[in-house]
Amino acid sequence: MAPESGPVPVATGRARALVPALLFAVLLVVCGITLYKISNRQLDLHEIKSPLIGRPAPAFSLPSVADPTVTVSNATFAGRTYVLNVWGTWCAECRAEHGALLQIARRGGVAVLGLDWKDDRSAAIRYLAELGDPYTAIAADDDGRVAIDWGVYGAPETFLVGPDGLIKHKHVGALSMSDWDKEFAPKIAALAKSPGGAP
Amino acid sequence: MIPELGHFALVLAFLLACATTFFGLVGAWQGRRTWMAAAPGAVAGQWVFVTLGFGCLTYAFITHDFSVAYVAHNSNSQLPLLYRIAGVWGAHEGSLLLWLAILSSWTLAVAFFSGSLPERFRARVLGVLGLVSMTFMAFLLSTSSPFARQVAELDGADLNPLLQDPALALHPPMLYTGYVGTAVAFAFAVAALLEGRLDASWARWTRPWTTTAWLFLTIGIALGSWWAYYVLGWGGWWFWDAVENASFMPWLASTALIHSLAVTEKRGLFKSWTLLLAVFAFSLSLLGTFLVRSGVVVSVHAFASDPSRGIFILALLAFFIIGALALYAWRAPTLGSDAGFELVSRESFLLINNALLVASAGVVLFGTLMPMFMDAFGLGKISVGPPFFNIAFLIPTLPLLALIGIGMHAGWKQARLARLKSRFLVLLGAALGVAVLVCGAFFSHLSFMTVLGFTLGVFVCASAASLPIERWRRGEHLSRAVLGMSVAHLGIGLFTIGVTVAQSYKIERDISMAAGDSYSMAGYAFHFAGTKNVSGPNWDGVEGEVSITRNGRPVATLHPQKRVYRVQTNPMTQAGIAVGPTRDLFVALGEDIGAGRWSMRLQYKPFIRFIWLGALTMALGGAISVTDRRYRRNPARAAAPATLDGGEAKHGA
Repeated sequence: MAPESGPVPVATGRARALVPALLFAVLLVVCGITLYKISNRQLDLHEIKSPLIGRPAPAFSLPSVADPTVTVSNATFAGRTYVLNVWGTWCAECRAEHGALLQIARRGGVAVLGLDWKDDRSAAIRYLAELGDPYTAIAADDDGRVAIDWGVYGAPETFLVGPDGLIKHKHVGALSMSDWDKEFAPKIAALAKSPGGAP
Repeated sequence: MIPELGHFALVLAFLLACATTFFGLVGAWQGRRTWMAAAPGAVAGQWVFVTLGFGCLTYAFITHDFSVAYVAHNSNSQLPLLYRIAGVWGAHEGSLLLWLAILSSWTLAVAFFSGSLPERFRARVLGVLGLVSMTFMAFLLSTSSPFARQVAELDGADLNPLLQDPALALHPPMLYTGYVGTAVAFAFAVAALLEGRLDASWARWTRPWTTTAWLFLTIGIALGSWWAYYVLGWGGWWFWDAVENASFMPWLASTALIHSLAVTEKRGLFKSWTLLLAVFAFSLSLLGTFLVRSGVVVSVHAFASDPSRGIFILALLAFFIIGALALYAWRAPTLGSDAGFELVSRESFLLINNALLVASAGVVLFGTLMPMFMDAFGLGKISVGPPFFNIAFLIPTLPLLALIGIGMHAGWKQARLARLKSRFLVLLGAALGVAVLVCGAFFSHLSFMTVLGFTLGVFVCASAASLPIERWRRGEHLSRAVLGMSVAHLGIGLFTIGVTVAQSYKIERDISMAAGDSYSMAGYAFHFAGTKNVSGPNWDGVEGEVSITRNGRPVATLHPQKRVYRVQTNPMTQAGIAVGPTRDLFVALGEDIGAGRWSMRLQYKPFIRFIWLGALTMALGGAISVTDRRYRRNPARAAAPATLDGGEAKHGA
């Protein structure tokens, strides 16, 4: 056996050498807790809530799809309830939810802003001419920076912003009328009732 | 009948693994030579029966035995032969069997090549490997037998289409060979801890095994990255996904271990640190297996995960990791290091190398597990993505690159770098010149990070290449170990150049095109000729034709496909890629958006081949160094003069 070299006594050395074991033990305990929660269905890792809910909607100011010389900014809608729908002509599911968006627009009561994500402007104009245009205004997010600010994972995504400028809800994937009636309509009604929240 | 034979073979293999464990560990403890001598035979028997079991499962796949539940869930009568074989490891049960088959092969190789090691030490190594086999076989047999029967189905549910690809057929065996190979270094470390002694010959025995495991891990990760690039259809090559991180952490730990072992062999230093790294590398491999299989972290790779299996793996994890680390805590303080070294020496460089590699593994571990920790302590849900990793990972790795270039030339004990200073400055200056020239002449813009990354890459390449060239010019002997080191570091340099250029100058466009449309990007014109319907043995699809020209001259004609596999009906993209040494042109066919228009993703990826070329070069370097002559000498005789702690352990009767 090699004798202990250096001034550290073996007992102290042993205590120090236990640190990695303790760190790994903590790690494994946390793994165990998580596993326990998953098997008891207390935790669903695949449900990712947007961290932006309850936070101020990120401001943007982008050229309009219809006319690039016109600027579309969500500041214009401050004090009102509005919906921001992220879409693109390249996205098949957007086409699927388009009918629902048209119906929402026909019902009125809330402005629907479009964010045309990483898209070709002329394709977008053709697309809307073909399918109809549900949007109050459409901002062209060519480089996708605004979508990043809003934490967009993929199109389509639809956000609800209250008159206080806070994000109230986020829907991922194609929106159907039943989604709208269940998730959006009650929130919009509640916002309209709250003081100072007339849309 | 064949599946039952396979199951029976696995039961026999389990019993033989128990025998290896008993004869190896108890034999060495009690000093019974006949018991210790029985361990290699049990290892050979275990290998035979695991291989037989594996063969039986493969046979069930090849012959479409849909009465076996695992085959019915992962194969189909129309599945081509190659993917029927790869289907064996297409899901959890078979992957675990592959894992065990590879572990048995590693154990057999250790038994075969370790004949000249001290008998007690050898028995302990085999005993520890037997213990790993035994516990994982118990896991396989009790919770995840691949041979479970069911009422025969007419046809199978088919293999996950994502896995029906040649690179992915090879990826798991390579990756597992690397993962499981860390068990060998672990077994050597635990055996040394049990003996309570560790000397230079220990490091020399351990090194080739560690390097071999590391090189397979390198190839496995590179294959996975290449597959993600052209199959997932996004054109990215690394996503910092939990599953990728799970393979990357043991790679970082093994890389640190390889370097630490060099110091332990040459100078008798860093002994306890080397042991700790060997335990870490295997622990991170097991942790990776656990993370992937239990579903405690979110991953884009859709593995079937099952919490009840997770508990079993967690228990194994706790047993091996905490057991080994507790043993380490007991023994390590008694393994002194005997020599000191100067501040400027190869030892110092390798110490910093180790600290930086462990720090980078820590960054990856932190980012991967942070969401889980936050949730467990009720601190809310977060997701940690590429923006965190891309920045945090550079903090330890950029200085590491600079030190690689210098450290290779530093001598042991005390280096006279002052003599080399002018050469380093020339190399760095030349590297900076090349970086500015290449980035400025061929690409649109320069940024600080781009120039920094490119300069460091070229500097590492030049420094790595200069080492063997100089030895050769001075007529000195060039050992395979030194050559291998230079080649591996050259690989790091190439990889760095590839990552820097590909990340800085990539161009990605998501556009819609109709037949006849053209789109220009990065000096290339992409002309979309239209689509036609195509079909394969078990899929139907649409194939686009995109011809690419540059200044009017044809460059390539690509045929990106969008496939729908008949049974599982999920769409798959098969990108069209024009491969070139300095750039890839990448076309992925998206959705039919009506009126004859298709959404498409066009990408220009400069130097992206350097990323995989770099990884393969690293693996080649590892392969060269493993064949170094000193590993082939009789280890027992070579060990005698190098023993640092004098006395030989007493042999039992």
